[in-house]
Amino acid sequence: MTLDAKIPEGPIQEKWDNHRFHMKLVNPANKRKHTIIVVGTGLAGASVAASLGELGYNVKNFCIQDSPRRAHSIAAQGGINAAKNYPNDGDSIWRLFYDTVKGGDYRSREANVYRLAQVSNDIIDQCVAQGIPFARDYGGLLANRSFGGAQVSRTFYARGQTGQQLLLGAYSALSRQIKAKKVEMFNRHEMLDLVVIDGKARGIVTRNLINGKIESHAADAVLLATGGYGNVYYLSTNAVNSNATAVWRAHKRGAYFANPCFVQIHPTCIPVTGDHQSKLTLMSESLRNDGRVWVPKAKGDKRHPNEIPEAERDYYLERRYPAFGNLVPRDIASRAAKQVCDEGRGVGKTGLAVYLDFADAIQRLGRKAVEEKYGNLFDMYERITDENPYEVPMRIFPAIHYTMGGLWVDYNLQSTIPGLFVLGEANFSDHGANRLGASALMQGLADGYYVAPYTVGNYIGSNKFEPVTTDHPAFKESEKTVAESIQKLLSINGKKTAHELNRELGLILWEYVGMGRNETGLKKALEEIPKLRQEFWENLKVAGSGETLNQNLEEAGRLADYLELAELMARDALNRNESCGGHFREESATPEGEARRNDEEYTYVAAWEYKGKDQVQALHKEHLTFEHVPLTQRSYK
Amino acid sequence: MSNHAEQSDMRLHLKIWRQPDADSPGKFVSFEKEKVSPDMSFLEMLDELNEGLIKAGEDPVAFDSDCREGICGMCGLVINGQAHGPRRSTTTCQLHMREFKDGDTITIEPWRAKAFPVIKDLVVDRSAFDRIIQAGGYISVNTGNAQDANAIPIPKRNADEAMDAASCIGCGACVAACPNASATLFTSAKISQFALLPQGQVERKERAIQMVSQMDFEGFGDCSNYGECEAACPKDISISHIARMKREYVKAALTTA
Ligand SMILES: Cc1cc2nc3c(=O)[nH]c(=O)nc-3n(C[C@H](O)[C@H](O)[C@H](O)COP(=O)(O)OP(=O)(O)OC[C@H]3O[C@@H](n4cnc5c(N)ncnc54)[C@H](O)[C@@H]3O)c2cc1C
Ligand code: SF4
Ligand code: FES
Repeated sequence: MTLDAKIPEGPIQEKWDNHRFHMKLVNPANKRKHTIIVVGTGLAGASVAASLGELGYNVKNFCIQDSPRRAHSIAAQGGINAAKNYPNDGDSIWRLFYDTVKGGDYRSREANVYRLAQVSNDIIDQCVAQGIPFARDYGGLLANRSFGGAQVSRTFYARGQTGQQLLLGAYSALSRQIKAKKVEMFNRHEMLDLVVIDGKARGIVTRNLINGKIESHAADAVLLATGGYGNVYYLSTNAVNSNATAVWRAHKRGAYFANPCFVQIHPTCIPVTGDHQSKLTLMSESLRNDGRVWVPKAKGDKRHPNEIPEAERDYYLERRYPAFGNLVPRDIASRAAKQVCDEGRGVGKTGLAVYLDFADAIQRLGRKAVEEKYGNLFDMYERITDENPYEVPMRIFPAIHYTMGGLWVDYNLQSTIPGLFVLGEANFSDHGANRLGASALMQGLADGYYVAPYTVGNYIGSNKFEPVTTDHPAFKESEKTVAESIQKLLSINGKKTAHELNRELGLILWEYVGMGRNETGLKKALEEIPKLRQEFWENLKVAGSGETLNQNLEEAGRLADYLELAELMARDALNRNESCGGHFREESATPEGEARRNDEEYTYVAAWEYKGKDQVQALHKEHLTFEHVPLTQRSYK
Repeated sequence: MSNHAEQSDMRLHLKIWRQPDADSPGKFVSFEKEKVSPDMSFLEMLDELNEGLIKAGEDPVAFDSDCREGICGMCGLVINGQAHGPRRSTTTCQLHMREFKDGDTITIEPWRAKAFPVIKDLVVDRSAFDRIIQAGGYISVNTGNAQDANAIPIPKRNADEAMDAASCIGCGACVAACPNASATLFTSAKISQFALLPQGQVERKERAIQMVSQMDFEGFGDCSNYGECEAACPKDISISHIARMKREYVKAALTTA
């Protein structure tokens, strides 16, 4: 199968408008004859479910949590970008487009990114209309701040709780449609398989997490908005229930998986304290606007940070990247932190941390202003570490944060399975090899409010749908597979828990498919992961039954998928012998140790096709062309 | 540097509510938990307990959590009689074991309220909260219907106060802490947020009436101004929102027929 991105004709500024004009419309009376399944209630899922409900479709919406409002999007702190140019500092749709393509290190699709920048402004309008209390200035107008990697102030925010407020906005719109009976909500339901009939996505199989019932749901289109797969590393900033199961099982039914090795490691997280650690907490990178990153100049300097004189501190980001200083993109900041720790200059008990210091900001702006901007983040830090960041510099370290990889989609957000659309972090996204801060929220809501409602409508309008019920043999086959695999997990009765095995997998990935990658390490990972997978199927221990709420069974099922996905990540990383964005191949660096892309060989999206159990996936390439943003090596010096 | 003296590992006696499902009776079960590090979060301590139970082939203790950073509202335990435990303005997932001492006995229960039936062990059904929001906790604006975001200036003070109200994470601690199991703090936070904003004016009255009626319908108790909700709330939602909601409701009831 050749990968056709279906990028519309015409100048980039007109592509989306032209495309929309040529779309097939579904007349209002017919919309209610179509059922659409939306899996996920994060920004992407809730916004699309609500919007499709408003349009008149019958929507069935699923999530794992006890309420749609708890999706992982709720935890986003820093903000959401838009090209409003309210501060009059030179922003524009073009600049947001340009920054995003460049920030993604030229591994995204220009046409998609342009559309993203185009609809960004509508998102802010919609959110304000929903009553989202964004930060405002004294004149009553919206406030903006600059955010990791951007030289203009285009980030809208609601204290350090932007994701929460945006999600509650989408959740309120969704709630309105639930009340109007246009959306039927299934909380505590986990999608465990995709059902494909006559080559089209026609439904899903779920497990009711309360009573273990396996249920089928039929539809004319299936939308996955199930988030990212960062938890494959075990420790990440993701919520503990975030997982890859929905996308992975869709992959096994024919959806290609794109750029799985593109993972974002966030530079400012609270360091690990011990083996008990269940997740890592992000300290929003908005902190880098005012905080200064440093380590002692001398190796092994164990003095209290406040006792280390100015002259003996190395503000290494400001030193190495004078133009951007503490605001260099995430991948660069993370690698620089790793480097200073590798040199033995890391701080804290473990030596795996660097300082983020607010002393200057407090002196310059006053404590009150700092508190106003970051108070809740400081409180959170204090609660976790028992240290007061107003007085002692924060200790931070990089952690797995976001996955740019995901299911491959065309311009319409449709996967390689007709009728299966993928939105938000779950798709391989518009962020290329590195996502800029405050752009995931923008993308999730762009996909959900402004892109998918059109493209899904076009799909419904241009296809004929044979009526399908859940009695169809494809549903029965799928239900059987799902039930059997649950039985299998319960019956292994070995000695290790899913937690333990996931932690082991995480260590392998962090070591070999983490911040620095090389051929030897990746080959090692490709040996270790299948071994661990085998151990999983022989030595896993799951307690309890499949007929009640059983969280350790849920975890085991998710880990089974991670153990397959992890191998593909290593394979993809091995294939891509270049450094780009979050993917740093040690073989491909400049003499100063900065990342070096290899545009001749790798200006493509790597899309992997599932070939069967224990078979190596087949690689398909979508070649990328850059007509508007000239290919240059990123430089933040 | 640290507010507490260096602590070493602790040994704790846990008394945990176990209940197989909604229809069966529950009871407290005792566990001894050793090697509890003060740096662990409360939920990480329970994770470790569960690891031991799983290995012994016993059903692990069910409890809800997701973000584990105090924002999703999924976690929530009554710890020694207090919703979300002893530390103010802190969700269960952000509570750390340094709040406890070696040898302590810790009682752990689910939220208790008629409108929040137990699903299993420490997990309850809070879907009543979703239905209160569905009754009117929104501004009716379809996608695509909005005017330019800066066309409606909002005084910073109002925006800030609306944001205070909007910070509610829907955890249900206010209900668990209230002697009447009332959901007034939760409901008032949403009504208050929209009452403070120009966008919320059109549906202001219907919203107050419908959300309050739904709250009653779900079986939550009345508000008798005990104030326990505010003390238990991890997000410091102020009971001043309750006062505003009551005004909103009375005004709406008097002026709509
Ligand atoms: C701590 C943190 C801070 C962040 N801060 C920012 C920021 O400031 N700005 C920014 O732009 N981005 C930020 N991000 C990134 C951003 O939050 C996410 O990328 C984005 O919210 C993802 O949204 P989503 O809708 O794609 O998925 P999610 O919000 O992850 O939602 C996934 C949904 O899918 C459901 N689901 C998953 N699997 C299944 C299944 N098998 N069956 C049924 N349902 C399922 C879940 O229940 C959930 O409802 C941050 C991320 C983190 C971790
Ligand atoms: S008002 Fe406070 S205690 Fe009640 S649900 Fe909201 S955040 Fe939780
Ligand atoms: S787990 Fe999200 S608030 Fe505690």
